[in-house]
Amino acid sequence: MAQDGQSTELTASGDHDEVETLSPGTAVVSSDAVRDPGLPPHRLRVTDTDPKKAKRAERVVYTLFYLSLAGSLFAVAAYMAFPIIPEDLLSVRLNNMFIGVGITLALLGIGIGAVHWGKALMHDHEAIDLRHPVRGTDETRARAVEIIQEANEESGFGRRSLIRNTLIGALVAFPLPAVVLFRGLAPEGEDPVELLENTAWEAGTRLARDPDGTPIRASDVTIGSVFHVIPEGLAEMEHMLEEKAKAIVLLMRLKPEDLNEEESKKDWSYNGIVAYSKVCTHVGCPVALYEQQTHHLLCPCHQSQFDVANHAAVIFGPAARPLPQLPIAVDDEGYLVAQSDFKEPVGPSFWERH
Amino acid sequence: MFRTSRKAGSRKAGRRSPLASVSLIALGLMLSGGAYALVSSSTAVADTASTATQATVEEGEKLFQANCATCHGLDLQGSDAGPTLIGAGEASVDFQVGTGRMPLQANGAQAPEKPVQFTEEQISALAQYVGSVAPGPAIPEDQYLDAEGDASRGAELFRVNCAMCHNVAGAGGALTEGKYAPALTGVTPTHIYEAMVTGPQNMPVFNDANLTPEDKRDIITALKFQENAVSVGGHPLGSLGPVAEGLFLWIAGMGIIVALTVWITARSN
Repeated sequence: MAQDGQSTELTASGDHDEVETLSPGTAVVSSDAVRDPGLPPHRLRVTDTDPKKAKRAERVVYTLFYLSLAGSLFAVAAYMAFPIIPEDLLSVRLNNMFIGVGITLALLGIGIGAVHWGKALMHDHEAIDLRHPVRGTDETRARAVEIIQEANEESGFGRRSLIRNTLIGALVAFPLPAVVLFRGLAPEGEDPVELLENTAWEAGTRLARDPDGTPIRASDVTIGSVFHVIPEGLAEMEHMLEEKAKAIVLLMRLKPEDLNEEESKKDWSYNGIVAYSKVCTHVGCPVALYEQQTHHLLCPCHQSQFDVANHAAVIFGPAARPLPQLPIAVDDEGYLVAQSDFKEPVGPSFWERH
Repeated sequence: MFRTSRKAGSRKAGRRSPLASVSLIALGLMLSGGAYALVSSSTAVADTASTATQATVEEGEKLFQANCATCHGLDLQGSDAGPTLIGAGEASVDFQVGTGRMPLQANGAQAPEKPVQFTEEQISALAQYVGSVAPGPAIPEDQYLDAEGDASRGAELFRVNCAMCHNVAGAGGALTEGKYAPALTGVTPTHIYEAMVTGPQNMPVFNDANLTPEDKRDIITALKFQENAVSVGGHPLGSLGPVAEGLFLWIAGMGIIVALTVWITARSN
């Protein structure tokens, strides 16, 4: 291959080239190799041959530019004619729409006009720009090495090792603040593992309605009901949203005969009322699509399904574990209370989860 | 009115045989009872149509036996094909029959909404019959259906309790195994209320202890507000969120870009 692009390169296709590129050991020379079809002959456009068509193309182009002009003016007029009136949503919509239509016309008019001009009216020469090989000439390459060496010599990058090493050190240290800042997003002074394992539920915490925080009586929960539950007093907690994210619970009442409970968790429910963490064990979406007849709970993010009648076992989808159950009881006044915190960490897996 | 007729009966009794007086009293009682029934039934129709009267209950029973008893049992006890309706309440019947879900057209994952099969009077009679057998959720009072409550509070309650299935804009969504939460647009406030209170099909029940009637009124207000509000961002594409919007952009947006690219690079004729 030649070092520089030569016009001969392009035309020298054909049998000669074909034979040369065969790998040694090929026994049969294929005779139907794809041939270079060459370039099609130059074809004149209708605007080149017919002056009427050319005139028409010209009209189209300047009409598009006029349209663009009108669009810009229309956008300005629309801004004044359709102002945004506070409290009136329709005015926002009209304002956006008409200004948008004006600007769209302005830009598309210029763009389409320019392209049409270029395609239909500007001179239609065909020219070949030959592609050069990527590799430079030997001289160029030698010169490049020379320049780098010269730069190294003049800056002393290779010689002044202290400067070089401190620069490398500075570059390596530069992303460190980002790492520290990211660490700062996690709670400080507390063990994150501890935080992930515990929620705001304690023995005796009343179950309360989300969002208003009023406690729930066991008698309020009729069969087929579902309550979205937060711990009572959540609103007064210091990190309310963090606590809520971990402590949200779904409370459901099934017919006791439908409920298939594990022997060790028999006293975790009350009269068919069960409480499960609302945080999906897959990646933590709120699981709350409860079907009262099938007792299936569906997570809308990745379609994990849990069977509430069967201790929230995973019956479909990517979740790895059942939803943790909150052990509940009833206090002296008839309100539902937690027996304790969840017995296992809620939500998705983490490294230190046992 | 009945007092005078009874007095007339007893006065005449002195001059005639005791048997005549007895029969007259009986006649008078029957007339007054009939008149009372007439008056009370007309007031019931005029007022709220919620007071069960013997006549409508009987009509409802006939309708029930002809149209519903195959699956729900002659005594509402249910069968393998359908659940018991004892305690289902008037609200449940009004919702299921009033939205065309019942009578069921075919077995399937879920009873779909379809053209209503009965007139309003027939639905009311059916509801009164089912309500007369055993008490259950009643048809809601008009004061909670005016959609004049607190829309922003209702929207918050909707997001907490309803949006996960029905979509935040009430556009509906998919559930498991072919079931779905229907769209809430175009549903009457009565039916929305009744659905909350009865929990039709796989929807959970939201009784008055969970969402008070006032809460339900706010939720209806929020839904109606959203339904009637103009969409500021233009066409909502069914309010289905990223799926519909993404599909539109991929097909229409990318299509336009591809078409423009083809046009720009094609040779002019």
